[in-house]
Amino acid sequence: MRKLLLASCFGVTALFTAGYAVASDELAKMSADPNQWVIPGANFANTRYSELKQINTENVHKLAPAWTFSTGVLRGHEGAPLVIGDVMYVHAPFPNTVFALDLNNDGKILWKYEPKQDPNVIPVMCCDTVNRGLSYADGKIFLHQADTTLVALDAKTGAVVWSVKDGDPSKGQTGTDAPFVFKDKVFIGVSGGEFGVRGWVSAYDIKDGKLAWRGYSEGPDSDTLIDPEKTTALGKPVGKDSSTSTWQGDQWKIGGGDTWGWFSYDPELNLMYYGSGNPSTWNPKQRPGDNKWSMTIWARDVDTGKAKWVYQMTPHDEWDYDGINEMILTDQTVDGKPRKLLTHFDRNGFGYTLDRATGELLVANKFDPKVNWATGINMDKSSPDYGRPIRVKAMSTEANGEDVNSKGICPAALGSKDEQPAAYSPQTELFYVPTNHVCMDYEPFKVSYTAGQPYVGATLSMYPPAGDSNMGNFIAWDGKTGKIVWSDPEQFSVWSGALATAGGVVFYGTLEGYLKAVDAKTGKELYKFKTPSGIIGNVMTYEHGGRQYVAILSGVGGWAGIGLAAGLTKPTDGLGAVGGYAALSNYTALGGTLTVFALPSD
Amino acid sequence: MRAKHAPDPFSFATSPLEKTNVTTSKLILGLGLGFALALAMPLIARADPPGDPTAVTNDHGMWRDKNGDPTFKVSADGTVDWYTYSGFRRYHSECHVCHGPDGEGSSYAPALADSLKTIGYAEFYGIVVGGKQDLGAGQEKVMPAFADNKNVMCYLNDIYVYLRARSQDAIPRGRPPKHADKPPEFEEAETKCMGE
Repeated sequence: MRKLLLASCFGVTALFTAGYAVASDELAKMSADPNQWVIPGANFANTRYSELKQINTENVHKLAPAWTFSTGVLRGHEGAPLVIGDVMYVHAPFPNTVFALDLNNDGKILWKYEPKQDPNVIPVMCCDTVNRGLSYADGKIFLHQADTTLVALDAKTGAVVWSVKDGDPSKGQTGTDAPFVFKDKVFIGVSGGEFGVRGWVSAYDIKDGKLAWRGYSEGPDSDTLIDPEKTTALGKPVGKDSSTSTWQGDQWKIGGGDTWGWFSYDPELNLMYYGSGNPSTWNPKQRPGDNKWSMTIWARDVDTGKAKWVYQMTPHDEWDYDGINEMILTDQTVDGKPRKLLTHFDRNGFGYTLDRATGELLVANKFDPKVNWATGINMDKSSPDYGRPIRVKAMSTEANGEDVNSKGICPAALGSKDEQPAAYSPQTELFYVPTNHVCMDYEPFKVSYTAGQPYVGATLSMYPPAGDSNMGNFIAWDGKTGKIVWSDPEQFSVWSGALATAGGVVFYGTLEGYLKAVDAKTGKELYKFKTPSGIIGNVMTYEHGGRQYVAILSGVGGWAGIGLAAGLTKPTDGLGAVGGYAALSNYTALGGTLTVFALPSD
Repeated sequence: MRAKHAPDPFSFATSPLEKTNVTTSKLILGLGLGFALALAMPLIARADPPGDPTAVTNDHGMWRDKNGDPTFKVSADGTVDWYTYSGFRRYHSECHVCHGPDGEGSSYAPALADSLKTIGYAEFYGIVVGGKQDLGAGQEKVMPAFADNKNVMCYLNDIYVYLRARSQDAIPRGRPPKHADKPPEFEEAETKCMGE
């Protein structure tokens, strides 16, 4: 009786204190409301798809900026804002300011949270001081700061509810990935693959920030939370010490396998999915062995962290093809049977489709035809090399050796796709993938390890593939067959996250700063607008007051801002050769703006 | 991560400066004074631009200009000296992550091919060893102190020489296609410095 009274008196709020599965139920319900954008990837499955269709292929050419907001920060702006009810939450690169904007009041700032962080964390962030966004649950906004602090803020007031330090920047550990809330926990990974940081995923209780579990990417089974008999890889139990047995000596302790990408969740299977990054160092000769479980797709039990299955995509990496890209969960029919799928576009240039319940490998094909470090992935279930890439010796930086410049390897270290997330449309059953089209020369050499200092060991030179001048493509991909359906070339790598909508339109942003809208079926460009700075953020959409809005953060930076700012050069240019390829600095300068588009209200 | 103590630049030098001979010890003194000056009187040291980069003397494989600062030597057919080539490799491993390819800069770190037109060897050395902070105005730019990083310190002269060549347009962007042989003393000094 008292419980009923409480519930009715305090309304929905009281239910939040009941704990457990409620946070997830609430989030699942909210993410089904297309007016809001409550999860970084739109939903637990990470499809970046919206049911909104006020903006469609017929009228999108009339789209125009409706309002804008400057974050006050001039570094690379990754991620996207959240919209919870009538409030938009915007985050920024270091110092990781968070703004709550009142959508009922022209974006008036309701509150601002500005963490005080030691600026000495900045130099241990390899690839600009980016932050991939916020999460929401249970009346709280979660921010993962550069200095690895995970903080829960009261969504209404911005007050700190709890705060916890997840790692140690003096050891090269930093935070860039967005937190994710599944069930009753909030999950974060760690960055530092170029600093010898052994990666992990931490699970914290959303109520009080108490650590529930932490699963490492390398180490003894007690660290990786792997069960030698129950955890499988391609259907077979991985056995005891599956990680440490693939490293020499103690190298696994500075092994990398960092976890700075996007997480997904299947509530029915109770599994969370993510990928681990490159092993340390970039010099493969210094770490013999498969280096498990770097470069791996992980499926972990949300409650205990125990790994249900794993699949290592690039054993003994020789090229820095981090496996951290998003895992998109879809239910599609394959060979006449409905399957629960996981699709992943890896840095290594292969688009993988797996059964997300069992980890069975169904498809693994190149999503950029120029990929050349491997001819394919061994799909023969009876082969001892089943699931392993079929490597091309000439492109092996290990085989060619230390102090030898391995030439013409595609893709370059930044991969056929980096963290910029793809979208999936259930209307077309296609994936929309922002890709890079860049190759490299890579020369490994010996390096020594010092905590908190870069631990790289390779010289890199990047350029477009021979015969091409475009450094990127935006493609549509059929994950069932592993085929490119259409491909729109772009001058620069496409470094934004994509958005697919029920209006039949797909959005993405370019490094010059254009927000573009294309037809989901054909790829035909329907609209473009140049925003104040290059785009490395993710397009999102919401509806407010009966109008559909499309929002994108501009602010060039990230790895694109490092590698492409000055332009790339042909490797064979001799003395006196003039210029190379287009330089990003010819198109855009630093910025930090949110531009929000809508159809004209007339 | 500031340097805990004023480091001895010569304990990390790849050139065999430890070898005693009269000319070398004069050079050591000169450089040491220059460096001490750089630390003690920052305003004056910062005003010292690099001098004439012409290679004048060869110090066990590394070229020096008339002030005794490390410099590059590029022959008529484009062959670069070993240190310039080594600097290209080391720069692209340790510095390129922030400063972009070929010393051309990134969206947030300056183009060192430009910076080295106006900052001299002593100032360059001081910044790499001690780090640098430029905070505020919407941009927080922090360069770490590399004093404890052997991957940088053991090759710092190489990196300087390479960037100096880039700043003078003596070499174009990209990997130098031709380079002089590795001087025998280089490997010895490298092993000693890296501590293997």
